Amino acid sequence: MSELWKIQNFISIEPTQLLDKVQDFKAEGYRLGQVHCTKVSEGFELTYSLDKDHVLTNLRLVIPEEEEIMSITGVYWAAFIYENEMQDLFGVKFKHMALNYGGHFFKVSQPTPWNPKD
Amino acid sequence: MGKRTIIPFGPQHPVLPEPVHLDLVIEDEKVVEAIPSIGFIHRGLEKLVEKKEYTELVYVIERICGICSFGHGWGYCHTVEGLMGVDIPERAEYLRTIWHELSRVHSHLLWLGLLADGFGFESLFMHCWRLRERVLDLFEKTTGGRVIFSVCKVGGVRKDIDKETLDEMVTVLRGMEKELKELTDTFINDYSVKNRLVGVGYLSKEDAIELCAVGPMARASGVVQDIRLTGNGVYDKLGFEPCIETAGDCYARTLVRMREVYQSINMIAKAVELIPDGEIAVPVKGNAPKGEFMARLEQPRGEAFYYSKGADSKFLERIRVRTPTNMNIPAMVKTLQGCDLADVPMLVLTIDPCISCTER
Repeated sequence: MSELWKIQNFISIEPTQLLDKVQDFKAEGYRLGQVHCTKVSEGFELTYSLDKDHVLTNLRLVIPEEEEIMSITGVYWAAFIYENEMQDLFGVKFKHMALNYGGHFFKVSQPTPWNPKD
Repeated sequence: MGKRTIIPFGPQHPVLPEPVHLDLVIEDEKVVEAIPSIGFIHRGLEKLVEKKEYTELVYVIERICGICSFGHGWGYCHTVEGLMGVDIPERAEYLRTIWHELSRVHSHLLWLGLLADGFGFESLFMHCWRLRERVLDLFEKTTGGRVIFSVCKVGGVRKDIDKETLDEMVTVLRGMEKELKELTDTFINDYSVKNRLVGVGYLSKEDAIELCAVGPMARASGVVQDIRLTGNGVYDKLGFEPCIETAGDCYARTLVRMREVYQSINMIAKAVELIPDGEIAVPVKGNAPKGEFMARLEQPRGEAFYYSKGADSKFLERIRVRTPTNMNIPAMVKTLQGCDLADVPMLVLTIDPCISCTER
């Protein structure tokens, strides 16, 4: 019986390692599943989920709120959906996004509603 | 090079039940670029994690979408059960699988109807939706609801289905299957349908992988990807094999969904045959512990992600739902490049976009 769904594989990495790691995973045949952000006391906790043969690997990193993180759209173009979402809802800053909606991907009534500045 | 014009497509458009906007850059009736824009109805449901206890949150999560509502509830409960180390009874797993596959039947019939409407075949549209009504009747009979069911809970399911009703469900579905065969014949063989779908919106296997497409969109391009292969639910016991086509066009995406309707009916019939007696839920009490759990489910539109992060409290720290349409937008943008302007509605429809899901 297949129990692949039970595998919970979270790997902590440094923000500077992100691009290299993602490139390595892509070279090994992984596809991007999703990216999401959680607001934590240290800043933002980002999770990049990659799938190969129905097994999921999650890369985990934490960045201070004001720090920029490299965009992975140069590796997985489809990541523009998630990066723009995190930029709009949390205010996460990405460097070198292949497709940047400049905070207007979602039509939100206030800037970064999931991480309000007031 | 011809003159370039930008045509706005949506957010309100006859083929779009929900708002999404595309800026189509046109050159001599050919689309050279499509720039998507969403976010017109973003509801911020994930943020409600701060205000609803983990047992209540399932009611919010299943309201992400009115078509794949059951699956969203299941996916969320799955993450909380994983977080809390809860094993649910086998009968509950069967019931969840039956309701989920029933959702796939009604979702695909809804989509086939919308597609028929999109290419101007009104009677085909009405027959697809007429059949879909019978599935909604089955939902009403077994859950009490036709759109939102509220039968999934952390620890199992809220309602059981008796043997008589399960048998009746199979009889209704088998009866439907006969009528569906006539519709299938039209979808597969009618020359006007083929004219609108064959060779349109081609997505190669390489592009499907590169653009991380999911669900029928990926499977119609020959990518063997289906979360039901990971062993969740009781799919292992139902002899599940994914439906794969290789042509990668709108026609192939239609074939995948048509085949999946028959497959789901067969799996429901087999599940009814195998379902064991027993409890339908286990009690779940106390705080959700610190930790996290990531789960996936094969929704009718493709792979969906669910994530819960506990904080030793009745309230979770974070939940995340990534719906299939999110992941198919890049592939849609790619297939739009180079297509005829007249084919744009077909192409947008064949990813089966669900904007409510995307803007949960």
